[in-house]
Amino acid sequence: MGYRVSYEQADRLLQTWQKQYRIYAPKRFAGRGWKPGTDMIRYGEIQSFRDVAYTEQSHFSPKDVVAPIMQTMLSFTADEVKVSSIDDRGILLLARPCDIHGIHRLDKIFLKNGGQADFYYQRYREKVKFVMIECREGWDHCFCVSMGANRTDDYSMAVRFGPDDLLIEVRDEDFADSLAGLPAVDFTPEFVSQDKKPVQLPVIKNPEQLKAAYDLPMWAEYNDRCISCGSCNTVCTTCSCFDTIDVIFSETSRDGERRRVWSSCMLESFSTMAGGHAVRKTPGERMRFKVLHKVHDYRSRFGGDEHMCIGCGRCDIRCPEDISFVDAVNRLSAAMAGQAVVVGTKEEI
Amino acid sequence: MENIMLPSGAKIIDIIHETTAEYTFRVAYDQPIRHGQFFQLSIPKVGEAPISVSAKGEGWIEFTIRKVGRLTEGLFGLQPGHTIFLRGPYGNYFPIESFDNKALVVIAGGTGLAAVRSLLRHYADNRADIRDVYLIAGFKDINSVLFTQDLQRFRETFNTIATLDNMTAPGFSTGLVTAHIPSIPFAELGDCNVVIVGPPLMMRFASEACIKNGADPDNMWLSFERKMSCAVGKCGHCKINETYVCLEGPIFRYTKAQELLD
Ligand SMILES: Cc1cc2nc3c(=O)[nH]c(=O)nc-3n(C[C@H](O)[C@H](O)[C@H](O)COP(=O)(O)OP(=O)(O)OC[C@H]3O[C@@H](n4cnc5c(N)ncnc54)[C@H](O)[C@@H]3O)c2cc1C
Ligand code: SF4
Ligand code: SF4
Ligand code: FES
Repeated sequence: MGYRVSYEQADRLLQTWQKQYRIYAPKRFAGRGWKPGTDMIRYGEIQSFRDVAYTEQSHFSPKDVVAPIMQTMLSFTADEVKVSSIDDRGILLLARPCDIHGIHRLDKIFLKNGGQADFYYQRYREKVKFVMIECREGWDHCFCVSMGANRTDDYSMAVRFGPDDLLIEVRDEDFADSLAGLPAVDFTPEFVSQDKKPVQLPVIKNPEQLKAAYDLPMWAEYNDRCISCGSCNTVCTTCSCFDTIDVIFSETSRDGERRRVWSSCMLESFSTMAGGHAVRKTPGERMRFKVLHKVHDYRSRFGGDEHMCIGCGRCDIRCPEDISFVDAVNRLSAAMAGQAVVVGTKEEI
Repeated sequence: MENIMLPSGAKIIDIIHETTAEYTFRVAYDQPIRHGQFFQLSIPKVGEAPISVSAKGEGWIEFTIRKVGRLTEGLFGLQPGHTIFLRGPYGNYFPIESFDNKALVVIAGGTGLAAVRSLLRHYADNRADIRDVYLIAGFKDINSVLFTQDLQRFRETFNTIATLDNMTAPGFSTGLVTAHIPSIPFAELGDCNVVIVGPPLMMRFASEACIKNGADPDNMWLSFERKMSCAVGKCGHCKINETYVCLEGPIFRYTKAQELLD
């Protein structure tokens, strides 16, 4: 069922929904971009549909709504541990199809991996309902179709934003009542059907081929350019890694907190153990680790067709050194295509 | 909703000073655990770290900890009666069902001995369950020797070589563990399992030496150490290819370990 809704009407709906939900969407933060004089678009709670920055892709992904950059896990007093609490309300999350897929990827890690769900993720995630922001064109830098992340039906409502009004499709009965009586129209969202620059995915079928992918000379080329800043991980919807840190409020205090903070596999310290022994010492080795996780390891662990990467392209936009993840994946794929015959198992040759 | 990362408090019963940099903490604990598993051990406000169970008994388990950083240093400041926080046990364990009634070779370097101590104690207590045990335990010098009492028992019960890197002392051989591998009669042991724990380079050279001397790579087991923040497959730190060391490890068959590319 579809409706045409003015921004004024939409904001009245928003106020109704806010009684039960906190509503998150990409918002514009003027002058806060990473280059001087640019804006930052990232997720935040909205008070009006006019707040939604829908004409551009958000620079940061919606993941911090379900996996905050920093969250308090426990608080400590002298002999007691107390689990932190969060807002009881539900969460309405406005997100494009690729990012909804991205949250599903996070679900695999946080809810499925190891056979047990992570409490600190689940408590946010189980509150989330998606409002899909229709995405029909994509951008020059994204490749959701290549990654199979262009379409989804996991949404309660879908919205097409226009300059004067919104088209809303409702699929979830919980929201049907609040829209009833508004002008009905025929609206079902459309999806991107072709990438501007499709990406080739690598074919890696066995340990020998994986070894060949590891040994490619291309990885060393990143040693000179990548500054190991981790920005690419930070903007990525599907990067889920974190650190756990304990903080005390002051040197003399007996009270403190255990916190979870985002971590990044591109940082030198990510694999460093006590004594300074690091498993991946060079930027090239870390680039290899990241790329292979995104387009090989995740799928080989969880099976199915889906890779970890959803093709949002944010990492390419964000890299201060103009390093392209897309190029790395394409080069890897080309190299593996050339090598498949040489390193394939006997059956395949 | 269960919180799998919630630690619970446990009382320290005793603290044994093994060396100046390694203490063993005996902690009250009465749940079942398997040989080779580890816990996430923490002190509120200081931090959390993965530590192997080095021994278990009625109502207690022991951790042997090397002082290297924030948490481990914090632990060294505690006294019996104090509380530490635990969550676990985590990780896989030594497949003792397939070790039983065969020969077992254990090669351990430094604090690595902590990770196999509970396995060795098990077979010292149940000597009839295992055919022969060959233990090579390497330490830097006489001041770095761990588990003096257990070592004495292992010497009495197993074929034991305790060796110091480059120092002579009564009761000890001299040289790296690899120097003593040729003295293990692999050819006569038949169906035998090999367990190797220690620093990465030591594990590599020791594995190669064992294979060269006739060990079967399929029956060799290594214990991996990786940075870990969660121990439950969520934080990503311990991942190697599609494998999570905290979930599928820390113990890997040598042939699997060869496929793990960082
Ligand atoms: C499965 C498993 C079992 C283990 N069992 C044992 C055991 O039985 N006994 C034992 O003693 N240890 C064991 N360890 C190792 C133990 O977990 C680490 O020594 C411990 O995490 C150190 O914690 P910490 O807080 O004291 O050190 P931290 O203060 O956390 O210091 C170490 C950390 O600081 C950083 N760091 C330190 N030095 C440097 C440097 N030079 N450059 C850059 N960064 C640096 C690194 O991020 C490193 O992880 C085990 C590890 C694993 C994975
Ligand atoms: S790796 Fe890059 S393109 Fe893929 S999901 Fe992450 S940020 Fe998006
Ligand atoms: S690839 Fe770019 S964004 Fe990522 S760590 Fe390297 S320099 Fe930073
Ligand atoms: S330690 Fe966190 S995933 Fe293994």
